[in-house]
Amino acid sequence: MSAVMQPEKRAEDAIVSIRGLTKTYANGFSALKGIDLEIRRGEIFALLGPNGAGKTTLISIVCGIVNASAGVVIADGFDNVREFRRARARIGLVPQELHTDAFETVWATCNFSRGLFGFKANPEHIEHVLKDLSLWDKRNDRIMTLSGGMKRRVLIAKALAHEPSILFLDEPTAGVDVELRHDMWNVVRRLRERGTTIILTTHYIEEAEEMADRVGVILKGKIILVEDKDVLMKKLGKRELALHLNAPLSAVPMALTDLNLELQDNGSVLVYRFDAGGEATGISRLLNRLGAESIQFHDLKTSETSLEEIFVNLVKERA
Amino acid sequence: MNWLAIAAIYKFEMSRWFRTIGQSVASPVISTSLYFVVFGAAIGARMGEIEGISYGAFIIPGLVMLSILNESIGNASFGIYFPKWSGTIFEILSAPVSWGELLLGYVGAATTKSMLLGILILVTARLFVPYQIAHPFWTVCFLLLTAASFSLFGFLIGIWADSWEKLQTVPLLVITPLTFLGGAFYSIDMLPSPWREITLFNPVVYLISGFRWSFYGVSYVPVGYSVAAIAAFLMSCVLIARWMILSGYRLKRH
Repeated sequence: MSAVMQPEKRAEDAIVSIRGLTKTYANGFSALKGIDLEIRRGEIFALLGPNGAGKTTLISIVCGIVNASAGVVIADGFDNVREFRRARARIGLVPQELHTDAFETVWATCNFSRGLFGFKANPEHIEHVLKDLSLWDKRNDRIMTLSGGMKRRVLIAKALAHEPSILFLDEPTAGVDVELRHDMWNVVRRLRERGTTIILTTHYIEEAEEMADRVGVILKGKIILVEDKDVLMKKLGKRELALHLNAPLSAVPMALTDLNLELQDNGSVLVYRFDAGGEATGISRLLNRLGAESIQFHDLKTSETSLEEIFVNLVKERA
Repeated sequence: MNWLAIAAIYKFEMSRWFRTIGQSVASPVISTSLYFVVFGAAIGARMGEIEGISYGAFIIPGLVMLSILNESIGNASFGIYFPKWSGTIFEILSAPVSWGELLLGYVGAATTKSMLLGILILVTARLFVPYQIAHPFWTVCFLLLTAASFSLFGFLIGIWADSWEKLQTVPLLVITPLTFLGGAFYSIDMLPSPWREITLFNPVVYLISGFRWSFYGVSYVPVGYSVAAIAAFLMSCVLIARWMILSGYRLKRH
């Protein structure tokens, strides 16, 4: 599989267009090796990859924090180097680390961010953002007094202060407890509903599975896959049917060896694997043949491969 | 021009100053007042006039310059070094702000602080030593030019420094000796040759000489040289700052 470029769609629905992006650091480390990627307007795009794959470098170049060695980035129609003012004004960034001005209040820091991006003061908008992120009660608190989760919300509020059309979230829920993580997911969904395009990197594959419309996998500085999440799950996912047998088997009967079967739990569970996307699952045929072999079961359960398993397999294959 | 961004950075830097007003203002005013008491009122009373000016009055321009230089460098270098150190620089780098706007915001705020401090020290000095200002317009010009150029220099140090130690080193090891040897406490005429000639390579000599001229109408080097020297230093700092910001030198990961 290779990076999916869809030139025919670029003009109308690509909000971020990256072409031939490379970055080689001064120490010789080649972090990005010719990245081509298109982010569609209004989508949630999850960029997955192991540590050191190039996720943060990619985001940093798009946002202007790192200079590219070569390549072009177009954000909402504007070149991020030649037309950096207009490009950057459309982008919001929530970094991975909790970098905040410890001595500032939440209210002051959000207003600072809005001004910094060249937007006139708009207290109503800042109020709306803070309320949306459950930060309104903390608006007069100094950031240093807030918990880690709250600081992350402040970073999101700062990134949204100038009403960006593209929001980069670099590991938005790293170190955040489960409840807060679900809150954040809801915030991200609400942003998408209002038309913001969201690009997130995450280590929690569950997060991408839960939220993303499309998934990109980056490995050793190259995009190895870009796919609609649902298509990917169907294409690469496997489903399992586990049958809990009345009487354990010592081995899969000879008559059934042509099926994709495996015994587990000392022969008490018979597992049948089939393609997640296939129309013909073969379950009826399996049950008929089990009946013919007089193999009886008292319970059955189906499950699907998670995106995490798909991701781990992909990375293993390409490593 | 992104005026709103310049205003945001300027306001942020000024509010940082007001938040630590005791340290920012009281400390340099008190230490400079001690110089006036010791060198001006106590020792100065026993010393003869220099170029027809009482010693207490003679050292005022030099002491004001000493404070302005230190405060300009200290304020501007901290202003840009701290976001680098804390990581909040990511927001500045990702904002639609040009190198010139960045300079106007940070250096403009540091210059304002130094100017206010310089004026405050001049007012305080009046309590200890009587002095006249012959050319008030040029006093303000020298104050502004010096505060702006050394704030710029401090900004460069803040970008260059990659540790707190380096941030302290330049002011301590370079600026303080240059100021003390730049004629703050004596006239260059009083030095024997060849030190008198060597000292002309010290840029601070031109600052103090020009500033003192605006007070008392006497100077060791022609006033035009002083203005030209400061202007050249200012332009050099602007060009280096431009290169640093555009290339991302010690601001971006390379």
